[in-house]
Amino acid sequence: MSEAVAESKLTRKDFVSDQEVRWCPGCGDYAILAQMQKVLPELGIPRENIVFVSGIGCSSRFPYYMNTYGVHSIHGRAPTIATGIKSANPDLSVWVITGDGDGLSIGGNHLLHSLRRNVDLKILLFNNRIYGLTKGQYSPTSLQGHRTKSTPMGSIDYPLNPISVALSAEATFVARTQDTNTKHLSMVLQRAAEHKGAAFVEIYQNCVVLNPTAWDHTTKADVRDDNIVFLEEGKPLIFGKNLDKGIRMNGTEPEIVSLDGDITEDELVVHQEGRENASYAYMLSRMEYPSMPLPFGVLRSVDKPSYTDMMFDQVEAAVEAKGAGDLNSLFNAGDTWVVD
Amino acid sequence: MAETVASSASADKQEPREEERQSVVIVFSGDSGDGMQLTGDQFTNTSAILGNDVSTFPDIPAEIRAPAGTIPGLSGYQVNFSSTELYTAGDSPQVLVAMNPAALKANLPDLDSGGTIIVNTDTFNRNGLRKAGYESNPLEGEGLSGYDVHQVPLTTLTRNALEDIEGMSNQEKDKCKNAFALGLVFWMFDRPIDFTMKFYETKFASRPEVVESNSRVLKAGYYYGETAETFQTRINVPSRQAVESGVYKRLTGNEAIVLGLVTAAQKANKPLFYGSYPITPASTILEGLAALKNFDVRTFQAEDEIAAMGSVIGAAFAGTLAATASSGPGIALKSEAINLAVVMELPMLVVNVQRGGPSTGLPTKTEQADLLEVLFGRNGESPIPVLAPATPVECFNMTIEACRIAIRYMTPVFLLSDGYVANNSEPWKIPDPALIEPIEANFRTDPEGYQPYMRDEKTLARPWVVPGTPGMEHRIGGLGKQDVTGNVSYAPEDHEHIIRTRAQKIAGIADYIPELEVTGPEEGDLLVLGWGGTYGAIRAAVEQVQGEGLEVARAHLRHLNPLPRNLGNVLGRYKQILVPELNLGQLAFLLQGHFPVRVIKLNKVQGRPFQIREVADKIREVLR
Repeated sequence: MSEAVAESKLTRKDFVSDQEVRWCPGCGDYAILAQMQKVLPELGIPRENIVFVSGIGCSSRFPYYMNTYGVHSIHGRAPTIATGIKSANPDLSVWVITGDGDGLSIGGNHLLHSLRRNVDLKILLFNNRIYGLTKGQYSPTSLQGHRTKSTPMGSIDYPLNPISVALSAEATFVARTQDTNTKHLSMVLQRAAEHKGAAFVEIYQNCVVLNPTAWDHTTKADVRDDNIVFLEEGKPLIFGKNLDKGIRMNGTEPEIVSLDGDITEDELVVHQEGRENASYAYMLSRMEYPSMPLPFGVLRSVDKPSYTDMMFDQVEAAVEAKGAGDLNSLFNAGDTWVVD
Repeated sequence: MAETVASSASADKQEPREEERQSVVIVFSGDSGDGMQLTGDQFTNTSAILGNDVSTFPDIPAEIRAPAGTIPGLSGYQVNFSSTELYTAGDSPQVLVAMNPAALKANLPDLDSGGTIIVNTDTFNRNGLRKAGYESNPLEGEGLSGYDVHQVPLTTLTRNALEDIEGMSNQEKDKCKNAFALGLVFWMFDRPIDFTMKFYETKFASRPEVVESNSRVLKAGYYYGETAETFQTRINVPSRQAVESGVYKRLTGNEAIVLGLVTAAQKANKPLFYGSYPITPASTILEGLAALKNFDVRTFQAEDEIAAMGSVIGAAFAGTLAATASSGPGIALKSEAINLAVVMELPMLVVNVQRGGPSTGLPTKTEQADLLEVLFGRNGESPIPVLAPATPVECFNMTIEACRIAIRYMTPVFLLSDGYVANNSEPWKIPDPALIEPIEANFRTDPEGYQPYMRDEKTLARPWVVPGTPGMEHRIGGLGKQDVTGNVSYAPEDHEHIIRTRAQKIAGIADYIPELEVTGPEEGDLLVLGWGGTYGAIRAAVEQVQGEGLEVARAHLRHLNPLPRNLGNVLGRYKQILVPELNLGQLAFLLQGHFPVRVIKLNKVQGRPFQIREVADKIREVLR
C-alpha cells in the first residue's frame, strides 16, 4: 500500500463512477459498495493508486461502479490478474472482488495460492450460497439438501467453509462480516486495507431474489445475537442478546457455557488474532450454525513478508550481487570464440 | 600412467591415414547419467572454436531417470560440424559413440551404412544385453559387418587410468568414462583437448580432484586413439572459410528467447514480468529468466497455466513488458485468458514451444501442429499476430520484433517456436546491444480527452494507461463494449464495430512486417514454401536439388498472421507450390483458404524434424 497521502481529502463521491448500478433492488451488494466508497477516502490512498479486480458473477460487476482503476476479468481468475498487477507496481492498493462460485469453485486454485503466497491483495468474497448471475444453481457454499434449479432433489455436495479454506491456505488476515451490519463491515474493510499481505474477508451477502433466507439466522433481530459472536482483540468470547453466554474450551473442543454466576469470564476463551499458529483461528472458523455461534470480526491477523516484498528483495539482492544488468556482458557470457 | 603407456606404445603403430571431409555427424549416446550432453557440448565447442559451423540436437528422455541400460533411459547428443554453412543437425550420423547396448540398438537404424561405431564393450555383458533387449551379442554376429566397428573397453581403460588414485571408488571412476570417449573422438577428428581441459579447470575449480581425474581420463582417451591398432584413419573437417568476423557463441532457441525478452524489456525501458507454469519444452525459458533478476526481471511460477496467463495480463495492465511461454496443452488452458488480453488490447508476448500432440502427446519431441490452435483456438473473433522463428538464433531477433509489434499495436502476440528450434543450437554472432533499435513504449499520462478505447489513426492501437496515473482511472474487462469509450455495450452495431476494428488493426500489421523473400527463380514450376523450424531441412534440400540442375524456388514464412502482403502475388508466380510441414497440412489449409491455389503437401508427424533427403526426394518427385 502506498505511503503517500492524497493532497486534498477525497470523499465518497470521488469513488462513485458514472456507470448505472445494475444489481437487483435490495441486493446486498449495494450496501457493500456504499461502505467501500465510504471507507476508501479514510485510507488516504490516492485514488489513482487503487485497482479493483473481479472475476465473473453478480459481485464481479463491482469494479465498474468504483471510480478507480479496475479490471472485470474472467471467471475465477481475478487473483491471478491482481498478482500480476501487484508484481508490476507494488505501490498499488489492489482489491479482489469475488463470490462463492467465482472464488471457491472455478477459481478455488487461485484463491488458495494467492493466499499461501501472501500476495498483498485485499480479497473480498461475497458469499450468498447461490449462483446469481446464471440464475439460481447451487454453489460450493450451498448447504446440503439445498433445492435449486440444478438440484431439484436437493444438493448432495458437502459445502465449503470459506474462512476455514483461507486459514488452511495460511492466509495472514482472515475476517468475516455481513452486508447488513454496515458498521461492522466498514470496520473490517478498514482493517483489511491496513493489513500488509493477503487479506481475506468473507462477507455474508444476501441474494434477495434467489436465496433470500440464507442468512436469516444472522440477520433476524430475534435470533441473530444468539448466532453470532463478535470477536474483539483481548476480550473473552461472549455473545447472546443479554451477553450471558460464553465460549470455553473443553479439551480441544469449544463449548457454550452460560454466564450465570458459577462460571466467570476468566474461564472463557480470550480472543487473540495475532497467534502465529493458525489452529486457534481455525478452531473459531469451525464454529458453525446452529450448534455454535458464528465468529464475526478478525479471526487472524499476523505479519509475514508479502510475496511482492520478497520478489523485489530478490531483484535488489541480485543487482547488489551482480550489478545492474548489462546486455553486453550478458551476451558475451559463457563460451565464446572469435572469427577474424 | 596413461601417458607413459601411450608414449611407449606409439612407436609400434603406423602413422594413421588422414582423410578430409566436408562435414561429419556424430551421435553420442548413453545412459542419462553418462554425461552425454556435456560430452557433446565439449566436442561442439571445440569444433566451433576451430572454425567449423556447428548444429546440435539433443535427444533427452521424457523420463527423469528411466532404468539405466534401457532404451527409454538413453540420452543422446547429435552434432553436425562442417567446413561449410550448416542448416540442420544432419539427417543421419556417420559416427556413433554407444556407451551401452541400448545406445547401439536405438541408434543403429539411423546410422549411415558403412558408418563408424565406437562401443564400450564393458557394458556388452549378459545384463546389459538383456536390458537393451538383445537376445545375442550383436558384436559377435555378422549384423555389424557393414560398419567400421571399434570395440573399446571404455570402463576398464578409465579405471586403469585412475588406478593409482587412492580413495576413489570404482563408481566414481566410472563417472569419468565419458571423458575417455571424448578424448578418443578428439583424436579421431584431430582436434585438441586443451579447450576441454580448460573447461574442467573452470567448471570444477573448487574440486581439484575432479579436474585431475577428468583431465587424466581425457588424455588417456586421446592417447588410446594414437596408440591402439584399431584406429587407422583420422578424419579432418577443415575450418569454414569466409565467415563473417566477430565474436560468436552457441545458442539454443530457448536461450535466444531469454536473451530476446531481456533485451526487449531494456529497449522498451520497462521491467520484464514473466509468468509461467513449468512445461516441456518451454521450461528452460523460465529457468533462464529466473537467473537474470538483476535485469529487473520478475519471474512468477504460477499455480497453473491459467494463473500464469492471468498474471501476465495484470502485469501488462500495470505497465511492464509481460510475457509467458508454454506448449500446446498449456496454450489450450491459457486460451480463455488470452482472449481477455485480446479484448483488453494489452501488449504481451505468448510463446508456444510446440511439441508432439494432441493431449499430452510427445512432450520432448517436435511438431508444428499448433498453428491452427494459436490462430483459431479461442472463442469468438480473436485475431492475434503470430510469428514463427525459422532457426534457434532467429528466436533472438523475432522475440524482440514480437514485443515491438505487441506494444506498437497494443495486442498479445504469439511467438510460435517448436521443440527442435528450442533445443537445437547453432552459432550466434553476438550483436552490439547499442545497435538494437529502441522500442517506443510510452504510457499516456494526459487525461485531456482521454477515452480507454480511443485509437491511434495509423495503427488503431488504444493508449496504454497504467494504474497510478492521476485523472485517468478507468475500468476495462471482457464484456462486449463500445469502441472509443470502452463502456459495456450489448448494442449490435457497437459489437460489430469493435470486432471489425480489432480485425482491421491486426490485419494492418501487414504494413509493418517485411515482405516475403524468395530465393531462386522469380517464377516457374515450383515454389517450396515452409514456415518455422523446418527451415534448415528445406533450405538444404532445395540447394541440393538446385545443384542437380532443377529449377526450384524457396521461401520461408516467419509471419503467419498477418501474412506478408506480397504472399498472394508470390504464390501466383509458380505452377506448383510444395508445403512441407510437421503436421497434416495446416499451413496448406490456410493458404488454400486465403488464396486461389492448390498446394502439394509434404507432411510428417513422427516427433522428429524433416530429414533433408525427405524434402529433396519429394521435390524430385514433384518435378518428375
